[in-house]
Amino acid sequence: MIRKKLSNSSLKGWLYLLPAILFLGAFMVYPLIDVFIYSFEEGYNSASQTYLGVGLYNYSYVLHDPYFLQAVKNTFILVIITVPLSTGIALLISVGLSSIKPLRNLLQTVYFLPYVTNTLAVGLVFMILFKKTAYSDGLINLLITWFGGKSVDFIDGPYWAKMFVLCFYTIWVVMPFKILILTSALSSVNQVYYNAAKVDGTSKFRTFMRITLPMISPMIFYLIITGFIGAFKAYSDAVALFGTDLNAAEMNTIVGYVYDMLYGDSGGYPSYASAAAILLFAIVLTITCINLLISKKNVHY
Amino acid sequence: MENMTDYQKIEKSAKARKVTGNVITYILLVFWAIIVLFPFYWMVLTSVKSYSAYNSEYVPKFFTLSPTLQNYVDAFTAVPLGKYLLNTAVFTVITTAVMLVVITLAAFAFARLDFKGKNIAFIIFLSLMMIPNELVVITNFVTITNLNLRNTFPGLILPSVTSVFYIYLLKENFEQIPDSLYFAAKVDGTSDLKYLLKVMIPISKPTLITVTILKVIECWNSYVWPRLITDDENYYLVSNGIQEIRENGFGRENIPAMMAAVVVISVPLIILFLIFHKKIMEGVSRGGTKG
Repeated sequence: MIRKKLSNSSLKGWLYLLPAILFLGAFMVYPLIDVFIYSFEEGYNSASQTYLGVGLYNYSYVLHDPYFLQAVKNTFILVIITVPLSTGIALLISVGLSSIKPLRNLLQTVYFLPYVTNTLAVGLVFMILFKKTAYSDGLINLLITWFGGKSVDFIDGPYWAKMFVLCFYTIWVVMPFKILILTSALSSVNQVYYNAAKVDGTSKFRTFMRITLPMISPMIFYLIITGFIGAFKAYSDAVALFGTDLNAAEMNTIVGYVYDMLYGDSGGYPSYASAAAILLFAIVLTITCINLLISKKNVHY
Repeated sequence: MENMTDYQKIEKSAKARKVTGNVITYILLVFWAIIVLFPFYWMVLTSVKSYSAYNSEYVPKFFTLSPTLQNYVDAFTAVPLGKYLLNTAVFTVITTAVMLVVITLAAFAFARLDFKGKNIAFIIFLSLMMIPNELVVITNFVTITNLNLRNTFPGLILPSVTSVFYIYLLKENFEQIPDSLYFAAKVDGTSDLKYLLKVMIPISKPTLITVTILKVIECWNSYVWPRLITDDENYYLVSNGIQEIRENGFGRENIPAMMAAVVVISVPLIILFLIFHKKIMEGVSRGGTKG
């Protein structure tokens, strides 16, 4: 009887969902459709909301824009350097962390700290650590000269110096999440396997390669996939280090290009922004699919 | 006798190897801890150095003997840092509160109510989880601009009050509450809303707290949307404020005052983290990603 009463109140269910549906519809579903429409409308004028025609011109404009190409190059370099490095270092630290007892909880908490900090604010600290000014070479350059190197301006200097800081800061920002996920994955590996390996006298390295890695491989692949997605969307780290005019600093990212096209000194072109955003989405989707295919072959569930 | 010494030898070398292994591990771990903590130390240290002392140090000093709070005074008087903090607090509280209502109602509908089209609606909701923010932000920007909501709190808040992921998380939690409780309440004539408020929400409090904290962190650190939607200083949030301070405030060279502002902005979340670090880490490992 209760069941019957429930099915009568079908309306009620939708009523509870209504706020969520309204917000998602207005700010997620409609924009998703709209962004494709924008990207095909040629010569869209945001003031009069008119356009000249329909076609692929926006895509061709974006693909021929040197700023976009620079942004794509920067983003790919950033992804290729930071994803493997951060995952590798996180694995190393997590394995170290789970092999010790004293200080373990304290260190775990310390490592997580960057997660809760404001990317823009802490980015400023990194900037002054690396920056060379008229008054001072900055702390990092001081360390470099101590070890006999030559000081470099990491913020306004050569391309690779700037890229190095950007990668370093990105890794610093993403590490907490990776360490957290990997330490909890490591602690969930059944102790029985390790005991069996110990009885057999297996070396530590072999135990790691043959037991630990396969057991946590789903989590590693999860981190690699989310890492790729996250790194392709890099933007605020770069703003924190180099300021809002990323094109002038040659440090723009694809997401930065989208926002610059939308708003700001060079903004007012939602069509170009849409085309660039869809290109980014296509790149991320392709890479994620490749990752999933590779992981299907290599992950042991 | 000989066996004994052999055994002792093996034990000794194994022990030595273990000790060196441990030492290397600790060095590595402490090294990373220093990399993590050093920027925080440097930011606090710089913020208490006086302007003249900081600029006269060609070789930066690792400590200061004459700390000053002048930079904090400057941070609140020379730039509207207090205003930025207030804006961010208002934005964070309202966004989080509205989101909690929206996701609780939706999660309740999915977990507890039977209605036509529920499964299809849920699948559509789940598929929305894959949509990156970057794709929808363009139209949202145009929408908010056309509605004349630029530089207003509704414009800042409205697009971020739903999260499919949190609906999903909460729905999973609600489903663990036994059906018998619901039917018992129904027999007693309790309304659905009353049941949600009196039974489900109290039972799911831990998840709700986790969601709240994660959302607060997200709001406090949000940068991209506020930057697009505000160009009036009176509506800047802290992220935009700090960027403004960096580019136009204090005169570019007053780094100690800038660091004081950075400390002020970072402290609320660090305090939140120190109190709730277990809950935050647990919540994040259940599926939060940054950005």
